Amino acid sequence: MSPENFLMMRHELVLTLAFLTILIAEVFTNEDKKEKFRSFGIVLFALVTAIGMLPAPEGSLFGGMYQAGGTTTLMKNILNIGTLIVLMQSYTWLGRPENRDKIHEYFLLLISTLIGMNFMISAGHFLMFYLGLELATIPLAALAAFERYQNRSAEAGIKLILSSALSSGILLFGLSMIYGTTGSLYFPEVASRVAAMPLTLLGFIFFFSGMAFKMSLVPFHLWTADVYEGAPVNISSFLSVISKGAAAFIFIIILFNVFPVIIHTWERIIWVIAVLTITIGNLFALRQKNMKRFLAFSSIAQAGFFLLGFIGGNKLGMTTVIYYALIYIFTNLAAFGIVALIAEKTGKESMDDYDGLYKTNPKLSLTMMLALFSLAGIPPVAGFFGKFFLFAAAAEKGFYVLVAIAVLNTIVALYYYLLVVKAMFINKSEQPIPAFKSDFFSKLGLAICIAGIVITGFASGLFEMIRNLSYGI
Amino acid sequence: MNILSFLVIIPLLTIAGILAAKDAQKAKVISAIGMGIQLIVSFAIVYLYLTERRNGNTDEMLMVSSFEWFKSLNIYYTVGVDGISVAMIALTSIVVFAGVYASWEMEDLKKEFFISLILLATGVFGFFISLDLFTMFLFYELAVIPMYLLIGIWGSGPKEYAAMKLTLMLMGGSALLMIGLFGIYFNSAPDGGELTFNIIEISKITIPIEAQRWFFPLTFVGFGVLGALFPLHTWSPDGHSSAPTAVSMLHAGVLMKLGGYGCFRVAMFLMPEAANEMAWIFIILTSISVVYGAFGAIVQKDLKYINAYSSVSHCGLVLFAILMMNQTAMTGAIIQMVSHGLMTALFFALIGMIYGRTHTRIIGEMGGLMKVIPFLGVAYVIAGLASLGLPGLSGFVAEMNIFFGAFEHPDTFHRVATIIAVTSIVITAVYILRVIAILLLGPVRDPHYAEFNDASWYEKLTLVALITGIVYIGMLPSGLSGIIRESIMPIVNKLM
Repeated sequence: MSPENFLMMRHELVLTLAFLTILIAEVFTNEDKKEKFRSFGIVLFALVTAIGMLPAPEGSLFGGMYQAGGTTTLMKNILNIGTLIVLMQSYTWLGRPENRDKIHEYFLLLISTLIGMNFMISAGHFLMFYLGLELATIPLAALAAFERYQNRSAEAGIKLILSSALSSGILLFGLSMIYGTTGSLYFPEVASRVAAMPLTLLGFIFFFSGMAFKMSLVPFHLWTADVYEGAPVNISSFLSVISKGAAAFIFIIILFNVFPVIIHTWERIIWVIAVLTITIGNLFALRQKNMKRFLAFSSIAQAGFFLLGFIGGNKLGMTTVIYYALIYIFTNLAAFGIVALIAEKTGKESMDDYDGLYKTNPKLSLTMMLALFSLAGIPPVAGFFGKFFLFAAAAEKGFYVLVAIAVLNTIVALYYYLLVVKAMFINKSEQPIPAFKSDFFSKLGLAICIAGIVITGFASGLFEMIRNLSYGI
Repeated sequence: MNILSFLVIIPLLTIAGILAAKDAQKAKVISAIGMGIQLIVSFAIVYLYLTERRNGNTDEMLMVSSFEWFKSLNIYYTVGVDGISVAMIALTSIVVFAGVYASWEMEDLKKEFFISLILLATGVFGFFISLDLFTMFLFYELAVIPMYLLIGIWGSGPKEYAAMKLTLMLMGGSALLMIGLFGIYFNSAPDGGELTFNIIEISKITIPIEAQRWFFPLTFVGFGVLGALFPLHTWSPDGHSSAPTAVSMLHAGVLMKLGGYGCFRVAMFLMPEAANEMAWIFIILTSISVVYGAFGAIVQKDLKYINAYSSVSHCGLVLFAILMMNQTAMTGAIIQMVSHGLMTALFFALIGMIYGRTHTRIIGEMGGLMKVIPFLGVAYVIAGLASLGLPGLSGFVAEMNIFFGAFEHPDTFHRVATIIAVTSIVITAVYILRVIAILLLGPVRDPHYAEFNDASWYEKLTLVALITGIVYIGMLPSGLSGIIRESIMPIVNKLM
């Protein structure tokens, strides 16, 4: 194996390099310059993101354990962009006095979970996949408990780690059954030996449940709202977007590559899970008053929409899952970013506090409205295109009833998104959130999101590019 | 650049202009200029269209242009017009133009108001010129969503309830529509080949009848919600009465026409076999709409509610006529769309102006207005007479065509339905004359009325623009019905 081959692992290597740089730089940073570390970290990560965009060689390493291709590179780039936005949005929050000594930890943990996700996506072997998954999960629990002196943050951390451990256990159990029936953990070998035998199916169902935990699909979603509410807002947004996106990516890769033979089994499971996830996520979101919980349940429902791209096993499905993930990153990060900003500046998190926000903070309100409309799938913003194509992907394979249920659910979703719009634009308030100024990086993060929300939909070239890199069963 | 695309670009530029304006006072001036240009462009398009036709161009659609958008899904931004869309474009530009002037005294959040209003107009124009179902659907939803803010922020009465109800019901309709569109798309190449969203392409093939049976009702009801199809019309009275003047004008005048237009251009044109099979269900429903709306208007006390119910009745008549599937009735349907658009916009504008003076919309609390504000009074009478179908005004032309066409069917079912629908003329006369008698005639109700000023210049401009249209269609219907008749032929031929 020549050294150039390692370039296939460029994303992981560059991230590791960034990890080490931050570790070393921290040692040489004076106490009084800790504040500046935030900008350094963000700029460094922007560099990492930019390097990731360069064309990369394709192929496999370590005897097929690790695979790199156009699709995986694209997915990793999408995750990088999302993480960059999250970092920008964390700028204000990291400036808190109690976070000063932990700034580098924040970057380190976030980068290491990202490395885990990258390995997970590139896996060609279930062991590699599992390693990546764990590497992605454990730092996340630390991040959720980042404000460890606050009970709810510590609670979020422990909830996340416990439920992750349980789901990983279930997943491993499933994998062991699959190994037992197929005799291999390499994706291509498993794919060629999978048959609709009871034990394999049982193993598959365990595997499915484990993944459903990671994607917070109903009925494996119960940890979501509590963790999102307790964790710092930026971590919640990372969990709801990047972490979920990464899980969706590897899930669709495994379903399409490893289990195409039993598609008739999993499409039925997905049908039921999708209906449950979308409906229950929406119904719970209806009743939430806390903005973080509200977004948590709305993101559960959104995860259900992803499944519409899975179900057909078609090329259009994979395209739209990746495309929608990109849109969803911009959209949900904009919404979470604003909630984070307001929580950081005023400590207010309830929907009632948003009354009359437009009068005091018009730009924030407009951005929030754009994000909510995009989540609801209203044209001309990107969410409309994403939803339309997702539904088209399911309709292509004849799942019209599922599409009908999903589409009617978007009306329920529209209702609760409009409630927030109503609070900001229509309701009057005695004590609205006062006008405030945000710092450069928060603005930049939101600006990227707005650009993404507005442009991604119209940019058909992007869609075509993703389509060229996607495949069906 | 195709001239039709200007209909979308001009409103967008106007919005950009409003955003760039430092002074909120200028928002209305910029809007007025933008929509004035839009009016000119619209009539230029009418002129170009007529010239092309006179030169013997018999293509189904004229001024077609197409840009590739989502290549792999065969989605194009395709625009083109026939006589029907040209008529709708002209109607829209008049109503939007009048609507801007009707909002001249808007006080609160001017910029935002005009931006939302013009965004709505963008959606409507885009819808009427689209030949691709995807862009058509995009513009359709774009036209609906600003309504929420327009009613919710600038409305009156139970505005939040009305705005939410209207938005959710209309988006519910568009949800059904979306499934219908998928059904059409994925059945648009039954013999293999490339799937397409292009209306003209799809009209050339036959969608399998099993698919039609599923997707025709979804599409028809999806559009029908916006066309106030009974029993899905309930958003209309609440929405219209809570909306600010210009929004009621636009919504009843133009947006509801999207429903009727979509019903025949998409649902019936593309799925004619199922349309023939299922027409009877919708004929019953629309007959109910027509009569029920008219009766609803009789018992209302609020001017806006009266007019909203009257819109349900008149728009029901549009759908009713479309379902009659012959040239006369369908021509009548389109004329009715234009006529009702102008007439109802005129009504809502007048109601806004009267409310601005008396601060009430309850007819029982007013009286003798003709003596104090004669200009508005006369305009109201004209609108009323047009609404009840007086010869010489537009309503007569439309209803004559509709009922003549409907009665051409020799079978009992169609004739009974027609007779039921015709009774609405009488009921309409009752509620119109009742309002005129109470509101305008009789002694002056309140001594303060003497202080009222009659219409100001911008109010007169609004009213004159609309009345001109009504009288023109009433006196010289051949111009309008001529361009509609020939364009309706391909659709009627497919339905036969």
